[in-house]
Amino acid sequence: MAEFADTTPGKRSQGLPALADKPLAVRGMTVSYGQKPAVFSLDMTVEDGSMTAIIGPNGAGKSTTLKAVLGIVPRLSGMVSVYGAPLAKARHRIAYVPQRASVDWDFPTRVIDVVLMGMARELGLLGLVRERHRERAFHCLDRVGMKDFAERQIGQLSGGQQQRVFLARALAQGADLYLLDEPFAGVDAATERAIIDVLKSLKDEGRTVVAVHHDLSTVRDYFDRVMMINVRKVAEGRVSEAFNEANLQQAYGGRLAANLMDQLQLGGH
Amino acid sequence: MGGEFVMLSLVPIAIGVLAAIACALPGNFLVLRRQALIGDAISHVVLPGIVVAFLVTGMVNSWAMMAGAAGAAVVAVMLIELIRRLGRIEPGAAMGVAFTALFAFGVLLLEQSDTSSVHLDVQHALYGNLESLIWVEATGWGSLLDPVALAGLPPELPRIAIVAAATLLYTLLLWRPLKISTFDEGFARVLGMRTNLIGLSLVIMAAIAAVAAFDAVGSIIVIAMFICPPAAARLMTNRLEVQVLWSVAFAVFSAVIGYVLAGYGPLWLGGEDAVSAAGMIATVSGLVLAIAALYAPHRKRSGAPADA
Amino acid sequence: MLIEALTLQLGYNATLVAIGAGLLGIAAGAAGTFLFLRKRALVSDAISHATLPGIGLAFIVMVALGGDGRNLAGLMLGAALTAGAGLLAMHWLTRRTRLAEDAAIGAVLSVFFGFGVVLLTVIQSLSKGRQAGLEEFLLGATAGMLYADAVLIAVAGAVAVLAIWLLRRPMTLVAFDPGFAASIGMNVPRVDLTMMGLVMAVTIIGLKVVGLVLIVALLIIPPVTARFWSNHSGHVLWIAGALGGLAGFVGAAISASAPSLPTGPLIVLTAFALFTVSLLFAPGRGILVVWLRHRRHQRRIHLRQGLLALAQELPIYERYTLRLLVRAGLARPDGVPTQAGRARAAKACRDEARWAIARRIHSHEAAVSRYDGLMPIEQVLTLDEIHEIDRQIDAGGGGCA
Repeated sequence: MAEFADTTPGKRSQGLPALADKPLAVRGMTVSYGQKPAVFSLDMTVEDGSMTAIIGPNGAGKSTTLKAVLGIVPRLSGMVSVYGAPLAKARHRIAYVPQRASVDWDFPTRVIDVVLMGMARELGLLGLVRERHRERAFHCLDRVGMKDFAERQIGQLSGGQQQRVFLARALAQGADLYLLDEPFAGVDAATERAIIDVLKSLKDEGRTVVAVHHDLSTVRDYFDRVMMINVRKVAEGRVSEAFNEANLQQAYGGRLAANLMDQLQLGGH
Repeated sequence: MGGEFVMLSLVPIAIGVLAAIACALPGNFLVLRRQALIGDAISHVVLPGIVVAFLVTGMVNSWAMMAGAAGAAVVAVMLIELIRRLGRIEPGAAMGVAFTALFAFGVLLLEQSDTSSVHLDVQHALYGNLESLIWVEATGWGSLLDPVALAGLPPELPRIAIVAAATLLYTLLLWRPLKISTFDEGFARVLGMRTNLIGLSLVIMAAIAAVAAFDAVGSIIVIAMFICPPAAARLMTNRLEVQVLWSVAFAVFSAVIGYVLAGYGPLWLGGEDAVSAAGMIATVSGLVLAIAALYAPHRKRSGAPADA
Repeated sequence: MLIEALTLQLGYNATLVAIGAGLLGIAAGAAGTFLFLRKRALVSDAISHATLPGIGLAFIVMVALGGDGRNLAGLMLGAALTAGAGLLAMHWLTRRTRLAEDAAIGAVLSVFFGFGVVLLTVIQSLSKGRQAGLEEFLLGATAGMLYADAVLIAVAGAVAVLAIWLLRRPMTLVAFDPGFAASIGMNVPRVDLTMMGLVMAVTIIGLKVVGLVLIVALLIIPPVTARFWSNHSGHVLWIAGALGGLAGFVGAAISASAPSLPTGPLIVLTAFALFTVSLLFAPGRGILVVWLRHRRHQRRIHLRQGLLALAQELPIYERYTLRLLVRAGLARPDGVPTQAGRARAAKACRDEARWAIARRIHSHEAAVSRYDGLMPIEQVLTLDEIHEIDRQIDAGGGGCA
């Protein structure tokens, strides 16, 4: 095991070769804001071809987990491996959908330009956008039902449409692992259906999906695996096994879970 | 008026136009990144930079002073980042602390050292001396083809031309990373872009443009051109590509019209002396922005707010 | 000389200027605090640059009326007019267009200032080469200041301080929590306007002493400095006032003690020196303390994670963790725990299990929500509560997660 024992926080990290077949493996990851750990000593293994929901109460570190995995916020400790390689060597295999509110939608650009941003790696610094790129971008927009909005200024979109554009951009990345931060937050019912259809089709293509999710009532319908966290990991596994009362109670605290239990009709395990 | 125009006005106009373009190009991204006032901060710290360069080298050498000013700009940017990150102070206040302190330091040095014998004073720093950059050797349009006359061009012209070309090249080369990281920094990081390096390169490019422009036209134009043409351009269109073109057009318009109004306006009004060209160019750019704010097609925020 | 200056023994004018600068500093520090807390510190930059055309216009008007173009009160009035116009222009740009406030600030400051420079050159040509001397408003000039001017500055400074004292409550409230202020029926826009008015007044009083470029420093640096010493907005206000006053007084005194020591830069550099000391060494928010705290936190996290890994017989992934464990005598360099390490690891592990149970129990919810992953459980729960939890662990046969 000594071969993957080299990371000082904030310094370069190696992959975890022992988990080379896993799309994403996290070991001992801690992220702190100030003096308080937002995520503590987290271990996480994402199975190939799965759809995993990361759930937990507000402030439990769900988005932070995603951002730390992607190197958007710094880790205090721990290692991340993507398909057995360090993040820097596996970026082309990852697509990311950030929270909608994280950008200024008044930015002067059109829907199609945002989708083309997903191809930035293959286009390189100076590569011209050719017809095939444009066609692929249209195809991605078509998959999220936004083909007719390609020329629209992004500031004119509704919240749900903005979310779909972000998903189309992620599709344009052509990745194997899709990481989504609250893709269903504040979107209309039609958009929610459109998004889950796309995610399920990705899974059918053999790709892997991980989403931060906040709606417990749809976990069973949408996902096959679940990761429950509240600063530390509470449970991880198949929805049919790990998504139970005891784990929810531990993640959400006793009282909150008691109310939720009735809605979810989980019954006691 | 050909000969007189070429001798007295052609070079200042060309320098004004090139300086305006050099500042407006990076200005587009600064405005979109909510860093418009970086231009303000940089243009203030140019003064301490050139004073220190003068004190170190003991002579009025343009390249030394430009190096000093660029160095001061980098120091200022690092100081701002230091205060912002380590002191956890909001960026506006951090900028205010850093550039005023450096400017005060520059003024103190200036008063302390005997620089009155050389042409180095605060007024010059603020207003520039665009009007004095005349082409003595020129006799008419034909001089543009005359190697002897061309050799007599004020050195500010080739200098600002090189810098303007550099900002253009920078904007073209880094277009994609600049655009993506300005719109969505997190996504840019996930793509593997070094977003903090991109941000730093933008500020350094802006600093180089500011220093070269400052050398010729003073700091008012620098601030005005960083902000007014890109801001007005933003109100004209919803596409970044088009916005940048508009900003260049506005910058050129402001420089030409401002210079002409400063030089000939007072004569038309019966006055005798020209007024400050730098000040007039800034004023015209402000009028352009005011008109854009009143009538431009995309002046209002559009559509649904982000949290709709 | 310096001692004499600091103890006000350099003559009437120098004394008045020092007192005036001190009062100005207090007013600027306090007024600037409101701007700073509203995250609009650089608005002061636009206000101060927008005074220049007013100064020029006032000069032209006063000369045209046959008066003395350099009358300070008249120039200050003109400065106030265009500064007000600049504020309106800024407000209009941010309200009516999609431009953000920083672009509006930059546009107003550069355009108004540029126009002011145009007016200065007009004045130069009108006065046929005689120096109007308006340039001194750019950087301030207290040398050769008229006695009447010094009195005006001292009195105006005192009035500004008084006004801030009278208005401190509504302004602090609005600066700190505008939502709450509105909810208790306060007219937030009007208070905001008053705030801007005060900032403008301070700017104009400061023009002659520190100049329009550097008055911004007096409005920004003291509040930012004060923020390092307190989290309480009321305290920040008075600390900023005190720091500004100190910088104003000391800076003016140093400047009076020798020739070629310009007042404005010295005041600003005094303020900046106070800032630098605070940035580095202030308790709580200073860089030194924050850095030391971060290092300690990082060590604790790694140690704790290392212990948990030892307890579960998992590999230790990071060299830094292992080094800490070895240094603390808890593990051997090859990653095998020592006797002490084994004991500490077992304790850490048991605590984790206890936390897991505690989180499930209703009555501990409030206590557990404070848990950060490092705190000893004994600090949050009583001994008998812990025993009860231990019973559940033993019954469930659970160990480390």
